[in-house]
Amino acid sequence: MIRTEEMILNVGPQHPSTHGVFRLVVKIDGEIITEAKPVIGYLHRGTEKLAEDLQYTQIIPYTDRMDYLSSMTNNYILCHAVETMMGIEVPERADFLRVIAMELNRVASHLVAWGTYILDLGATSPFIYAFRDREMIINMLNELSGARLTFNYMRVGGVKWDAPEGWIEKVRDFVPYMRGQLKGFHDLVSGNEIFLDRVKGIGRYTKEDAINYSLSGPNLRCTGVKWDLRKDEPYSIYNRFEFDVPTSEEGDCLARYHLRLAEIEQSLNILEQAVAQFPGEGPILAKVPKIIKAPKGEAFVRIESPRGEIGCYIASDGKKEPYRLKFRRPSFYNLQILPKLLKGENIANMIAILGAIDIVLGEVDG
Amino acid sequence: MDLKLDNISPREMEELQRNVFMTTLEQIKAWARSSSIYPMTFGLACCAIEMMGVGGANYDLDRSGSFFRTSPRQSDCMIVSGTVTKKMAPILRRLYDQMPEPKWVIAMGSCATAGGPYVKSYSVVKGVDQIVPVDVYIPGCPPNPAALIYGINKLKEKIRYEAKTGKKVI
Amino acid sequence: MSGEKDLEQLKKEAVAKAKAAAAAKRAAKAAGTAEPRQAAEPKQATEPKQAAEPKQEAKPVELVKADEPVVPPAEAGAPVNDADDLAKKKAAAVAKAKAAAAAKRKAMGEAPAEETPAETAPEADGGADDLAKKKAAAVAKAKAAAAAKRKAMGEAPAEETPAETAPEAGGGADDLAKKKAAAVAKAKAAAAAKRKALGEAPAEETASEATSGGDADDLAKKKAAAVAKAKAAAAAKAKAKAAGAGDAVAIAAGGDDEKEKAIAAAKAKAKAAAAAKAKAAAGGKAGSAATAEATDAKPSANQPYLDKYVKVIEENLGSDVLEDSYINKLSKDVPTLVAKRDTYYKIAQFLKYNELLGFDYLSELHGTDYETYMEVYVHFYSYKNRQSVALKVKIDRGEPRLESLVPLWAGADWPECEAYDLLGIKFTGHPDLRRIFLGEDWVGYPLRKDYQPYDVEV
Repeated sequence: MIRTEEMILNVGPQHPSTHGVFRLVVKIDGEIITEAKPVIGYLHRGTEKLAEDLQYTQIIPYTDRMDYLSSMTNNYILCHAVETMMGIEVPERADFLRVIAMELNRVASHLVAWGTYILDLGATSPFIYAFRDREMIINMLNELSGARLTFNYMRVGGVKWDAPEGWIEKVRDFVPYMRGQLKGFHDLVSGNEIFLDRVKGIGRYTKEDAINYSLSGPNLRCTGVKWDLRKDEPYSIYNRFEFDVPTSEEGDCLARYHLRLAEIEQSLNILEQAVAQFPGEGPILAKVPKIIKAPKGEAFVRIESPRGEIGCYIASDGKKEPYRLKFRRPSFYNLQILPKLLKGENIANMIAILGAIDIVLGEVDG
Repeated sequence: MDLKLDNISPREMEELQRNVFMTTLEQIKAWARSSSIYPMTFGLACCAIEMMGVGGANYDLDRSGSFFRTSPRQSDCMIVSGTVTKKMAPILRRLYDQMPEPKWVIAMGSCATAGGPYVKSYSVVKGVDQIVPVDVYIPGCPPNPAALIYGINKLKEKIRYEAKTGKKVI
Repeated sequence: MSGEKDLEQLKKEAVAKAKAAAAAKRAAKAAGTAEPRQAAEPKQATEPKQAAEPKQEAKPVELVKADEPVVPPAEAGAPVNDADDLAKKKAAAVAKAKAAAAAKRKAMGEAPAEETPAETAPEADGGADDLAKKKAAAVAKAKAAAAAKRKAMGEAPAEETPAETAPEAGGGADDLAKKKAAAVAKAKAAAAAKRKALGEAPAEETASEATSGGDADDLAKKKAAAVAKAKAAAAAKAKAKAAGAGDAVAIAAGGDDEKEKAIAAAKAKAKAAAAAKAKAAAGGKAGSAATAEATDAKPSANQPYLDKYVKVIEENLGSDVLEDSYINKLSKDVPTLVAKRDTYYKIAQFLKYNELLGFDYLSELHGTDYETYMEVYVHFYSYKNRQSVALKVKIDRGEPRLESLVPLWAGADWPECEAYDLLGIKFTGHPDLRRIFLGEDWVGYPLRKDYQPYDVEV
């Protein structure tokens, strides 16, 4: 019988595996975690307060900086909320550009999630591969919007820039390339025994827990809930594309890992179809008033971001600034289950569990 | 100090002159330090992703001798990549204090430089230079990885220049 | 938004709104042959109208209630039967007073009176039919289900029962259209139109539920008989028949049935199907006419859901727990319930555990400072029924306190901490309420409108 004693271990806020400034105070007894308490707020920037003094178009750059791995979806949620309130129909070409940009961004985001997750578990080279391929996407989005990370690409009623010449072809060529890479990723990591030992059966939770804790995205789908807002509450033009919603029954870290890779696959499917159906001509911005004023009232809309269900609530009093703007940030909700998952786990599994939730701190803290 | 150079042959002398050069210890140290800056992985916000991009395959900071360390005690350069909030500020200061001398700070992006887009926010520190001394400011929101490499090169320049002239670069 | 607090007020409002809507409808009718889309668009364009519409629907219903002492006040929507009763009563008692009443009565009076097609008749008919058909298609596809239902209920039964023969029905439809045109020309339009629909339907029979049920004929006949006898009785029966959902919420009657079905099967499609059925039963023209009307009113597809929620809640928790309920047109038609401060937790609990509602997923929770009061907005989703609902509650700003939802949804934990941190709303019963972002020593609540930064600079 080994005599153990309880101690408190402080992880973060500066820790390479927390993907930002996230602090976790864990109480451990020997190697077993008896209690974990996440401390957040180290990146709380008060976006919602700032937005109350800004016009709708001026808020778009701030959405970029919330979930900085998938800025396009964040751009979209704000524009979508305002468009829903104002009843603006987005031109078809703009819709296609939006979907292509969002799906590219989703692939990029999952690549980062994949690369850094493996990095957390101790393997360096997958990260290099992930970032090499991500860089290709970033370059394409850079050509489209003029920025590498904070795109500020969408506007209420459409998009800011049209696709440059030859861009669509680039996307088309990227799809088969990425499919090949994806296979390589599986060959490189998915069957690795050390990796499997660290993630299989770890951090398992049930469907009921997932729903009760308001999880969304891959964190929800890994328990077998077939739920994807792109499919179940179609927005934009997602109902025109054929794609699957991959799910898994396992509910462990490995399932989440596989789901993210499977979602890359599905995003590539969407990209392929979107590029094939891309309308040659047409406006990219609907006729919108110069100063955008949402009608008096309130609206809450939600869409599917790479991390889950991102929502936007706008309360408007008819002025050009929102009276209250609130984002439902998926990482914030997803992280809530962490204390429950960590309790009773081995300390060595802590990072594996945290990494599989795939949080972005900019989004957790708002 | 006496150097006994009398009984050296001219050939040896020539060799010596080709291979030995004189400099100050300060400059030697600066040369060594600047050639292997070890920044700390201190990702705060969006800029951290670009900082990771610098370490990725396309930009590959490692080839210029900079290798990210995960502990402040092993690093000599802090790249403040992102928004510093009031809650984070004391921790940032403590991390800075934990780094061994000599140490440098790079403020990456407009948030770390002066608050950036969040300058009016209630919870954001308006520039990391209110907490720690900053050597290099890199503009951009976020700066391109190439800009970060440029900033690191500027820091190297600064280290060598200071050693050579003995003057502080403000 | 005005709730169901004050029937009279409601009525007044309804009238006002009805007028506004009337204009729109008229336009739509004039467009007649134009696409259903077109007809629909103007509505979208004018927001106030939109807002008005759901109410319109709700109001007549309530009116019905008010006027009907016989029938115990049913759920939010008054039974169709009631509507019929109303119509008759009104027809009889012309002299009451209210402008609204007058308008309605007129509509009713005329409806029966005018069998002879008015001048505008031909046009209107054609338009109506076209529209109707188009709509029928559109409806089948999309959300107009509710509208369709209503129409179906109102008119379809009307025509059906009198005679299964389509032509007649068609005639009825035409008449309707004409009547409407005339009525509209006069003034009261929206209310009138509905009432007509209702009125006629009753005239022929109460049948409204028939459509929804699908066993339209039987019901219709029964009703017809019943109606002939006594309205009150009819109403009661109708309710009985409606079986639970049945309470024949005038508008919602169909909706409820459908909902139950939807739950059983799958939501959206069921509606469309039901609507289709109703139409079919009514006979082509009747159906189309119905649709035409429906387009005018264009209620939200989610209206039946809202009615159902309200009904279930009021049945189980009493009729005064809700302060208001409406369809939020700006927010993709999400049914919105406004709870009273002291019934908030009870309603939330009910929303989660009632098997008809079953909202197992808390999607969003946040507070808003409205300077005179605070508001907490919660968005729920049900993975069982694939439906969302928004719950709002107003709380005192000086001493903002609210029950915590953490015992019900673990996912409410951090959002409540966030609301506490940024707005100062205290959630009683929360296991670990702390200032999650800013830290315990922060002074003030930043998201309040009057927040002054405590420390200007670091």
